[in-house]
Amino acid sequence: MSPLIELRRASKGFGQHDILREISIPVERGETLVLIGESGCGKSVTMKLMMDLLQPDRGDVLWDGRSVRDRSEKEITQERLRFGYVFQMAALFDSMTVYENVVFGIRQNRKWPEERVRQVAVDRLRDVGLNANVCEKKPAQLSGGMRKRVGLARALAMDPEVVLYDEPTTGLDPIMSDVINELILQTSRTRNVTSIVVTHDMHTVRKVADRVVMLYPLPRLEPDEPQIIFQGTAEETFDCDDPRVYQFVRGEAGERLTEIAAA
Amino acid sequence: MSAATIRPPRETIVHVIGRMTIQFVSLLGDLALFALSMLRWMLTRLPRGRVLWPIMYEVGIKSLPVILVTGGFIGMVLAVQAYDQFAMMHMESQLGAVINVTLVKELGPVLAAVMLAGRVGSAMAAELGTMRVTEQIDALAALGANPIHHLVVPRFLACFLLIPMLTLFADGVGILSGWLFSTKVLGINSFHYWYHSRNFVMPWDVMSGVVKSVFFGAAIALVACHRGFHSGAGAEGVGKAATGAFVYSFVAILFLDFLLGTILLRLYYVLWPAPITLM
Repeated sequence: MSPLIELRRASKGFGQHDILREISIPVERGETLVLIGESGCGKSVTMKLMMDLLQPDRGDVLWDGRSVRDRSEKEITQERLRFGYVFQMAALFDSMTVYENVVFGIRQNRKWPEERVRQVAVDRLRDVGLNANVCEKKPAQLSGGMRKRVGLARALAMDPEVVLYDEPTTGLDPIMSDVINELILQTSRTRNVTSIVVTHDMHTVRKVADRVVMLYPLPRLEPDEPQIIFQGTAEETFDCDDPRVYQFVRGEAGERLTEIAAA
Repeated sequence: MSAATIRPPRETIVHVIGRMTIQFVSLLGDLALFALSMLRWMLTRLPRGRVLWPIMYEVGIKSLPVILVTGGFIGMVLAVQAYDQFAMMHMESQLGAVINVTLVKELGPVLAAVMLAGRVGSAMAAELGTMRVTEQIDALAALGANPIHHLVVPRFLACFLLIPMLTLFADGVGILSGWLFSTKVLGINSFHYWYHSRNFVMPWDVMSGVVKSVFFGAAIALVACHRGFHSGAGAEGVGKAATGAFVYSFVAILFLDFLLGTILLRLYYVLWPAPITLM
């Protein structure tokens, strides 16, 4: 059976800056894949390529073994509903209330009666630990952790097969970070979804990852070096001998400071 | 000598002109593709009322004070500027003709469009730019809504339909303020003011002003949305998008004014081959 999502030798750059070079990552059904790497190494871009929010300059993106390029714009828009995306800063529509945010996808794509729509909103908000009294609030009135959870509720509203989390715990206190980690676990277990998580939080890696892929910033690689410097389980990540992985996992700068300055 | 030590050629004025030309042509091409995509979505499916009405309200109703002030002052300024010239030739009674034809044909549409490019265009670019940098545009796509259909089509429709109406409103206010100032302050006879206006201002003049404002409205919406969609990162990027929206819209308004003015004048002479006179 072909992977649910597959990046095949995908490259992406912005202007003069190459971000990704010939990345190949298959995502299997039901797994929780965690992408790690330093800031600016292209983790979020990788995830946006997977969902076709960005298109690769070279290489291909496949959904169920079929290239996204062979699909019509309408088909892509429909197929994208199989994915829920939790954005880094939540990306809630700030002109709308929490309720309107959560039900946006449903209102856009389904002709459901309003009672059913409201029930889904209340259920999804409850799933992420929020009660119905946040419905009428605007995103600006919420704390960072609440915004992230509303973002997750919005992503889950359409019952996606895959949930993509872009740095879900960045900027949150340790307790709220663990709440989000638990929600990721709970979501993948109870809904049997495939999860892709971009993070540099090793607690998240330890807690949720079935498989870990580590990317390295392109400017600090030799032209013939692969950009994926590690693939393995969460345990293997912590036992890896490669100094680049070893230091990342333990949060040690080592000689990285001179490398960063030279790049 | 290794290849790494070869220096790139020094940038000359030719390189700069070449680079700017390429940037300009690619910007125009990108804008054209953006407009085509918008038109395709507009013809496929009209936006929902829930999305369209708030934007119509923002563009139409909330712009009325700006338009009121703009129209009012144009009429009075025209009266002040033209009065002395006409008085020297003892043609003060013709003042209504020149104020009103200038208003409906040229200054009303252009100045209303410039004010709206500042008020509506910059606000749109800043709003869409903020949505871009906070990933709200990606979020729309992720939730099965096409960002062009959801964000650009309603803004285009609002500007395309309402800017001509706002222009007519500015014209009306300008005509009124010009008449009031001319008759009450400058002491021109009201009958002669309207008599000459009626003889000189043709429906064609009013129509040509409205035609221009339709194009101005479309240009403001497209340029502003395009700038917003291509906003750079951070507060600086959004600021540049808002400024760019106004500057590019202003240039587009001036260019379209010249182009449409020339075309409409030629068309007028083709349809009615008689020379224009004051009487």
